[in-house]
Amino acid sequence: MTDLIKQHIEKLLENSKREDGRALDEYRQPVSVEYGVSAKSAEGSARVKIGETEVIAGVKLDLGEPFPDTPDEGTIIVNAELIPLSSPDFESGPPSIDSIEISRVVDRGIRESKTLDFKKLCITEGEKMWMVFIDIYPINDSGNLFDACALAALAALKDAKFPAYNKTEAKIDYTKKTTKGLPLADTPISITVGKINDKFIIDPTHEEEQAIDSRLTLAINERDEICAAQKGGEEPLSIEEIDQIADLVIKKSKELRKKL
Amino acid sequence: MTLTKRSDKRKFEDLRPMEAKVGIISRADGSAMFKIGKTIALAAVYGPRELHPKFLQNPEKGVLRCNYNMMAFSGSGDRVRPGPSRRSKEISLVTEKALASVVDLDKFPNSVVDVFIELIQTDAGTRCAGITAASMALADAGVPMRDMVSSVAVGKVGGKIVVDLSKEEEDFEGGAVDIALAMTKRDKKITLMQIDGEIKKDELLKALEMAKSATDKIYALQKEALKAKYVREK
Repeated sequence: MTDLIKQHIEKLLENSKREDGRALDEYRQPVSVEYGVSAKSAEGSARVKIGETEVIAGVKLDLGEPFPDTPDEGTIIVNAELIPLSSPDFESGPPSIDSIEISRVVDRGIRESKTLDFKKLCITEGEKMWMVFIDIYPINDSGNLFDACALAALAALKDAKFPAYNKTEAKIDYTKKTTKGLPLADTPISITVGKINDKFIIDPTHEEEQAIDSRLTLAINERDEICAAQKGGEEPLSIEEIDQIADLVIKKSKELRKKL
Repeated sequence: MTLTKRSDKRKFEDLRPMEAKVGIISRADGSAMFKIGKTIALAAVYGPRELHPKFLQNPEKGVLRCNYNMMAFSGSGDRVRPGPSRRSKEISLVTEKALASVVDLDKFPNSVVDVFIELIQTDAGTRCAGITAASMALADAGVPMRDMVSSVAVGKVGGKIVVDLSKEEEDFEGGAVDIALAMTKRDKKITLMQIDGEIKKDELLKALEMAKSATDKIYALQKEALKAKYVREK
């Protein structure tokens, strides 16, 4: 990142302006959600576009043995991979720390909102459970992968249908999908607010992202409660700032939830 | 068991329905989507850019590097474990060889042209779809090329020579021979050939002849997709 671009972005923000002419609290358009983009292969799938940023998420269901501390629950496994197809900044190889952070932030948004009833994912207590694998891949990283990945993951969960389960053989028949969807109770929306000097912006482009001093991602449920958070960046945030950010995120979450 | 009719009513020489688009990834230098039947491949090209680590650099010319990957949910059964497998590494290698002869990287010493192929959904013929998409993405990136490459599977299913095997045909009870092929457009040279199964030489030659017209049809679509991006409507 050249300092020139950072200076340019900061200068614009002094007058509450952005390089693409958006308001500080405005998402790029269009924000779109397309379901079943891998319907032949995945149990659930979705493509999310926010402006030029594009992310695909897919759900695969598998069987496993419940964990000893939660013998009557199934589980989710969230995996985001920042594949080098989507950006010149990503490299092949084992998951980068950025991949891991996105995976874990998306995981928390889903897990802690209790949107998925883990108890309903248990087949036989202590013996068999459904494991819900959510794999997320950016296709084009034009910024704000956090929000796009969270939205895509949720959309893929909404799209998912259980495959046929053969009880006697205790096996999945992936060739047969049932009409039964996953037990979803809520629609948690994750939104990231970036702070540049004393301004707050949402939905940063990849250039703005590199000028961000600190960011806060909040997941908001349908009752406007905060169910997960992640603060990033090196600059600290004051309590007053967190208050402002929460107000902004709660307001914008209603807008984004309508896209699902 | 002989094959009298294909399950999707195609003629033996017919391809599945195809779609192609270039310029789908704005962050990449070149990109393309190719869909054949239910198989969907994306390809992105980055470069020429400096090659790291340095000991891989070639001071004579640029290096082409391909990477094939199936998204974890894109398999027909179990989840595909993320990260490279023996299969994906081999496909990456043969993809590289399928494209290397048409790209001209003499003017880019110490550089690399990276091609990343991702499968979103799979239903047979994934390596061929990947190569077809990659060839378009390289052209879209403006990488100097001597020719285009088009790729398709041919084979023998239930005693019949067929073009573009479906998953059902690959798994045909009476046995199937699967031949992954890639051909250059102008002189119909073969840049990829992998055969799985027993086939007589005459049958192979017949299959190769059928691949000629099949790759011509694919090339027509590749060209159309490239033109759609670069030629403005009047």
